[in-house]
Amino acid sequence: MRLLTGNDLKTGAVTWWTGAEWSIHIEDAADVTGGEEEIARREESARRVNVPYAVDADIHDGSPRPSHIKERVRALGPTVRPDLTLKPADPEIGNWVI
Amino acid sequence: MADTLRYRDDEPVDHPAVTVDSFLDQSNASAVRIEPGDDARELLPHLDRLALVEVNFPAFGDGRGYSSARILREAGYEGELRAVGDVLVDQLAYMRRCGFDAFEPDQRFDMEDVKSAFERWPEVYQKAADTRTSIWAKRHP
Amino acid sequence: MYKYDQYDQAMVDARVEEFRDQARRRLEGRLTEDQFKPLRLMNGLYLQLHAYMLRVAIPYGTLDSRQMHALADIADKYDRGYGHFTTRQNIQYNWIKLEDAADILADLAKVEMHAIQTSGNCIRNISSDHFAGAAADEVVDPRPYAELLRQWSSFHPEFSYLPRKFKIAVIASEKDRAAMRLHDIGINIVTNDVGEPGAAFYVGGGMGRTPMIAPCINSFVPLDQLVTYAEACLRVYNRHGRRDNKYKARIKILVHELGAEEYTRQVEAEFAHLLDQGVEPPLAELERIKGYFEDPLFETAADSQIDRIDPDFALWIDRNTVAHKADGYVSAVISLKPVGGIPGDATAEQMRLMADLAKDYSFDELRVMHTQNIVLPHVRKADLHALWTALDAAGLGSPNLDTVEDIIACPGLDYCSLANARSIPVAQKISERFAQTGKTATLGELKLKISGCINACGHHHAGHIGILGVDRKGVENYQLLLGGSEAEDVSLAKITGPGFDENGIVDAVETVTTVYERERADGERFLDTYRRIGMNPFKEALYG
Repeated sequence: MRLLTGNDLKTGAVTWWTGAEWSIHIEDAADVTGGEEEIARREESARRVNVPYAVDADIHDGSPRPSHIKERVRALGPTVRPDLTLKPADPEIGNWVI
Repeated sequence: MADTLRYRDDEPVDHPAVTVDSFLDQSNASAVRIEPGDDARELLPHLDRLALVEVNFPAFGDGRGYSSARILREAGYEGELRAVGDVLVDQLAYMRRCGFDAFEPDQRFDMEDVKSAFERWPEVYQKAADTRTSIWAKRHP
Repeated sequence: MYKYDQYDQAMVDARVEEFRDQARRRLEGRLTEDQFKPLRLMNGLYLQLHAYMLRVAIPYGTLDSRQMHALADIADKYDRGYGHFTTRQNIQYNWIKLEDAADILADLAKVEMHAIQTSGNCIRNISSDHFAGAAADEVVDPRPYAELLRQWSSFHPEFSYLPRKFKIAVIASEKDRAAMRLHDIGINIVTNDVGEPGAAFYVGGGMGRTPMIAPCINSFVPLDQLVTYAEACLRVYNRHGRRDNKYKARIKILVHELGAEEYTRQVEAEFAHLLDQGVEPPLAELERIKGYFEDPLFETAADSQIDRIDPDFALWIDRNTVAHKADGYVSAVISLKPVGGIPGDATAEQMRLMADLAKDYSFDELRVMHTQNIVLPHVRKADLHALWTALDAAGLGSPNLDTVEDIIACPGLDYCSLANARSIPVAQKISERFAQTGKTATLGELKLKISGCINACGHHHAGHIGILGVDRKGVENYQLLLGGSEAEDVSLAKITGPGFDENGIVDAVETVTTVYERERADGERFLDTYRRIGMNPFKEALYG
């Protein structure tokens, strides 16, 4: 599957396209296969996202998981500061990234 | 054709600028266009017959034209020096300092933005190709 | 320390308003990201892996307690309570919002700080010797020259759209503590045969994917021609540096392709021309700046006795304090490399403590080292125990300057969008391993530097041991390098062979230190032994 991601223009937060809007949670991300260019163009020109691009992913435990480690680090947060990630309470989350 | 901002009082040259190569080959043109890779110093022997030098910026990030402009002014060129192409409003103040006195941007400027660009810097740190007095000169009058 | 006058203040204030206007135009959609990017970069604002990142300049690494407090306040108010000190004497915040950026710049301007030209294809923050003004071995304090160049390079109308970024370092001693010859321009303030000061120019060094050591192109530029000479170096680069390939656009490639001799010839021709153009500030300006860098009032009869009865304190004294030019004083290094910690990170609380200690014990002055530590430059020996006690209680008392635990590491894939592999976890594991085995003490000076990609922000080319993280089919892999140095004995490290995985690279570092322990002669550092015996014994131990 393909996910569309970018950063929020105002805050810089990493966001994922859910099919209807942008979410900071990758669990909400929708498969955009085939439609990525059109959505990216439209959303960027409306300034709802900055520098969007599509990444490869697959489904892992029922949720999307990007194929490349860089996108997994983006989705979660720095592996060396679990307290600053989106899942600070999950001790196993590092395994999802690596 | 895009609008040209001109900060000079003389009449604009009424014929198109030629390339540096054609300019050096023929003797009747008074307007020349410098591309980023051209050597502005090739024009120095002919400054007295030049009334317009256009410096082309095909991409705003290519800063060679800033050096071309200063080199011409340092050699005493007093004709029009026009920045053309991908020229952005946020670059105007520095271009002016390098000696440009006319601008022909691909995309038309908002004139309010132009005004703030030229009013932005109360002081300047360097001596350049304009008439502004540097901070160090003010500190040591 | 340098203090802004009304002119300096007017310039940073104008810059804040310029950026406020640019950010507003971006948010309104009047600037595209392509147009905005170079503008925000020239104000230190990146779009990084998790958010915007702001890089704040600490010119020539010098700041006072008020400024350090302001940095701490920014960490709390606009970020997540910490900052990261970098290898070029800057501090970075990792969680910045574009809509806050102009307000942060305004807060910085209130304490005579800025983020001007901390990124982008322009002249960056001028770096210098972190022991400037304190070191026993310096010819003069290099910082006035760095400040002169800071003003010259700020908002330079001709050199703000260079082929690529441009880094300048200024030192003034035979010992190089600023990686001077690995800069685009390295300047060493020297004296000639008759004792006059001048500037030796080294041009075309750098790390990145094509590391090069800068050749000396002029061994003595008179001080009243310093700015003009720099202008000539930059003009030749701006006109002739490659712009067809960003990986070949640094000045080192130009100097290499032309040859140092031809580059020098072109610079000298441009210099001769520029001498008539009046671009040089009068020497009176240099003298004005020097007035801000006069020695603090050192006590002439400061007590030189140190009570070494506490062994932990004695170890810290031996490792983390450095000889000072004034009797009874030392420069004290505050390690930002706790075992298992993140190299260069400091919390807002730690910044405030360091600021307060600087005020109490170091004439209100701090320095940032390129090795991502902090220096209190002028500490009375009699105050060291009180200083150490306060540092140790805050986790800032690690006695590991220049040891294998004192690792330079770039942010790597945990924070950086350019990275191919994580750097920080490798640094953490290595420091933990050596602290655990107790070998830190026996290995002596061992500079280990880790980069998470080929751009070499972690200086891996200049490590006695270097580590380069690469992406091997989507998996992090680490190459090992040996024999680099950024100091006066500058050299570039060589790759040992095939790379290792994350645990494998920690073992590999331990293996090469074992070879050193076996082979070392009396008094040899790791680097000396490597230079004497060469790569082969290390290769054999690593790959069999």
